[in-house]
Formats: sequence, structure tokens, C-alpha cells
Amino acid sequence: MTTPTAPDAMYRNDEGLGIWEHRGKVAAVGVGHGPTSRRWDGRPETCVGAISIQALRKAIDDAGVAPEQIDGLVVVPVTTTGAFWEEGKPLPMDVIESFNQTDDPLDGVAKLSAEWLLANMPELTNVQFTMYGPGCMSNALNVTAQAIGDGRTHTCLVVKSWHNFEGRYYQSGANVEDTLPGTAAMTRLWGGPASYGTALQFAEYCRKYGKTHEMMAPFMENSRRNGLMFPEGYWAQHRPEELGREDYLAARWIAKPANLFDNDIPIMMSGAYLFSTAERAADMKQKPVYILNHASSNARPRSLTPTLDEVEAETARTARKIYEGAGITADDLSFENMYDGFSLFHQFHLEGLGYRGIGFGDALDFYQTDISIEGPNPVSPSGGNVGSGRSRVWMHTDCIQQLQGRAGPRQVTGVKPEVAVSGGPMPLGGNFTVWSASPD
Amino acid sequence: MTKQGVVPDSFSQPFWDAANEERLVIQNCHACDRLQHPPAETCRDCGAGDSLEWKRVSGRGTIYNYGVVHDCPVRLLQQDQPFNLAVIMLDDDPGIQMFSHLPGVPVDDVPVGAAVEVIFEPTANGQLVPEWRVIAD
Repeated sequence: MTTPTAPDAMYRNDEGLGIWEHRGKVAAVGVGHGPTSRRWDGRPETCVGAISIQALRKAIDDAGVAPEQIDGLVVVPVTTTGAFWEEGKPLPMDVIESFNQTDDPLDGVAKLSAEWLLANMPELTNVQFTMYGPGCMSNALNVTAQAIGDGRTHTCLVVKSWHNFEGRYYQSGANVEDTLPGTAAMTRLWGGPASYGTALQFAEYCRKYGKTHEMMAPFMENSRRNGLMFPEGYWAQHRPEELGREDYLAARWIAKPANLFDNDIPIMMSGAYLFSTAERAADMKQKPVYILNHASSNARPRSLTPTLDEVEAETARTARKIYEGAGITADDLSFENMYDGFSLFHQFHLEGLGYRGIGFGDALDFYQTDISIEGPNPVSPSGGNVGSGRSRVWMHTDCIQQLQGRAGPRQVTGVKPEVAVSGGPMPLGGNFTVWSASPD
Repeated sequence: MTKQGVVPDSFSQPFWDAANEERLVIQNCHACDRLQHPPAETCRDCGAGDSLEWKRVSGRGTIYNYGVVHDCPVRLLQQDQPFNLAVIMLDDDPGIQMFSHLPGVPVDDVPVGAAVEVIFEPTANGQLVPEWRVIAD
């Protein structure tokens, strides 16, 4: 079996597509997470493949299905947080030989294939459909929902995992060389860190609307608070520290106006879900959470980095697609779990959605109001990457668990959890899912 | 600040050759009459691959935006931290951006909106690279 990458036709990139043809007919049921850690410690049982298997098995168990009932597997094959296995570095043969291997010795260590997973999960005897959703769980969820709706699989696992090795973020490879190839040099010679582009957009946003970086503090405090109530998350598991306003504002700059905490912390983690048809999901162990729509943004900036105008136009367009396909409006959202890694673009997603009626330039003022899980306007109840480390997964897990009523101490209490949206990553370029407690 | 050296490849060779002659060229689709940067194998507007050329531009622009880099991933630049990293919009087409360290401009004291002109600075291996300086009033 050779696993293909999802074709463009599986994504809903355009406006005017109408209600999603499978609205309410696909459901998420099971959730599973592997343990988090800051970096890989070199042991077989903690490599990215091993924690992926743990996450998948938990999702299966959580849904209460027999492994042989599962006939699909969607995987995000790239697992790097920005850390790569250096060329020429000896392979970790003890780890590699602890698992059934594919042709690529770094499979399960620095990347993840569907074939590797199937070779090491012998209980999955009936998987007929495999597919890659590149990049993020947000992408893979869109692929999974569409595949089930189209009848290509009826009970499908989806997994996204991350590896993180020793060494500093992105400070390897071409960045430590004395020269760059000419094409790459045209954009990379100036040395902007990963958050630089978002920092630029935020700087322009603050100038245009008269806002300040300090106004981010309530959002950051709220996100870490929510993250510390996420037992699967990095901060809750390893560093249960609140993030106070003064802590946030005193943090060192990375690319001003983005500081250390505006950059999500890279970690090892794995998240997995079990999706099925709404019909089959009804008989599973957990309450189904129905997919009302999935939508994608494939916009690209005109030049090097998105302008604020491009960002605002695209987030508004994305929101129209989200609402159109789901047959809902902003008023139907119980809460939002849009992406936040980097924290400084969460407000772009919020404003694009028109969440609670806010418009462009309003979100930082909105952050100064009650955005807690106890209030009427929950913002990022998952805590997102700010609250639990880089995964791009927490937002989806939280939507599922909130709508199932089992988010534990994170459970929203100021609103009835009925409809939610999650997704990302970027304002230009992302995938989004609309979740509902009801199929209607 | 000394940037990493540049080893032109066949695709980027005209850009870097022009820089060594202190000329700024940007990829242009003559079918659309539209500049694009970064360059690509095809026009991002019309998709044509055979209508692209390198077009000399005026070398004048405006500071559109900036950030200050305090934690740079590029080893060679780390000794110069913190430094400005600005986005320049070209007068020839404000939709086209170029990066600049804005030599001579104090850190975090960047005059957004100010007019700039291109200059050329040597990188670590002597290849000249377009940079930008503020035009005095």
C-alpha cells in the first residue's frame, strides 16, 4: 500500500459551494493523546512513532471500537517542530530496530508514514484507506471528514505528531552555513525568525488601530490558565506555572513585537482522533460530535509577507466559507478555538469570524473583557498552543471534548456548548472545522 | 552587518549578476505586465512560464513595516542582535516587498513611511546584495 497525499479536490477552498454535502453525516468520537516532553530523550518508547501509537490506541479505546472495525488512517507525515535529524549524524539504530521498519530509517523517529504505523500496530487488520493530510491536524481533519463523507472509509483514525530534538529552534542546517543558495538567499539572508512575519502583521495592526502589545496580556493569561486545565498538555504535565501579566510583559523579545511567550514552545506530542459516519458513531462509547463543515484557505501573499489588508480580507473570506458550508452564522458559535501559535494572530481569526460581533481592530479591546470559560464569550477555551505547547491539536481536542461535555475543569460554563469552530494555522493558509453537538 | 554569502543558482543568477552591477532587477511577467517577488518558475497571476523576464526597477521605495530581531536563527547575524528588519515597498509597484536591515537607522527607531533608495552591500563571500537606506529630507 502506498499512501497518497490528499488531492486538492478534497478541500473546500472556494466560496459559493453551498452547504457541505456531508453536513452532520460525519462525527468525531474518540480522542487520544501521547505523553508530551520538551525534547526526545533518545529512548525507543518515547520516539515520535511510539507516542503516535499510544495516541492512536487511546483514541480507539476512547471510542470503544474494536481495532478490526477501523478501515481508514489519515496521517500528517511531517513531524518536525523545526528540528531535523542532521545529515551525517549516526542513525539511532537501537530505536530503529525496536520497531518494524519501512524503507526510510528515520520513519518513526523524524517523520511518520502510514505504512510505519500499520507495520507497528498489528491490531489494525482491516485498514483499506490511507491518506496524507500535509502540515497540520487541521488539514488532516478536513481530509478525514471528506473521506468518510465520500464513503471511502467509514471508521477512520487520524493522527498528527511532533518530534523535537536537542538544540535550539531552527538553529541548524542552512542557518549555520556561511553561504546560502541564490534563490533561498533572496528571502532568507536577513535572518527573520519564524514569528517575524506575524510580528510584522501585529505591528501594522497596532499602528492602524491604536493598540499595544500590552493589550495581549489578558489573552495570554487566559490561554495559559485554560492550558493548565488540559491534562494532556505540556505545561500542565511538566511546568504547571501560571502566566501572569507581568511575566508576559517582562519576557525577552524574539522579533519585537513578538516576545518569548508569543512564540509557542516546541515539544514532542501526538494527538489522534477516531472519526466515523454519524450512523456508526451513534453506537460508540462517547457522544458523537458532528462535523457541519470543513473549509480551507489557500491564499498566498502578493509578495514576501502578508499585509494587514491581505490578512483581513482572507480571514473574512475564510469565515464566509466556514459559515456558508455549515449553514450557520457567527451568532451560532458557542465558543471559538482558532489557532494561536503565534499568539499575535489569534485576533485576526477572531475578527474574521466576527466572533460575538467584533470587527477589525476590536479584538484586543475584547480581550480586556471576560473571555474566560465561565463567561458568556469564551476565547480559546483549549488554551491553544500558548496554554499547552506547540501541537496545533489542542483546539480540536477541546472542541470535541467541550461538545461531549467532558472537558473536565476546562468545561465552559457560561455558554451551552452546541457549535464551535477550530482550525488554522495561518490567516493566509489553513484548514477549519465546524463542530456541533447535534447533526442538524 | 555581514550577511551569509550567496551562491547564485541558475534560476537566481540574473538577479545576483545585476546586484553585482549595482542594478536592482525584479521578475516581471510581460504578458500581465506585473512584477513578482520572490521570483517563481511561473507567473502567479496568469500561470505562464515563458513570459517571465528580469526587469530593472527604479530602486526607490518606502518603509512599509518593521520588526526588531532579538533572537535570530542565522548564526552569522547573531553578533549584531538586536537589529532592524524592515519591509520595503517598491515605488514601481507598492505590492512588491523587499527586506532590509536599514543600515544606519538606530534599532527600533524606524521611520515607517519614509522614502528609501537601494544600495548594494557585500555579503560574506563578496556577492553584492540589495539593501536600502533612508533618503534624507
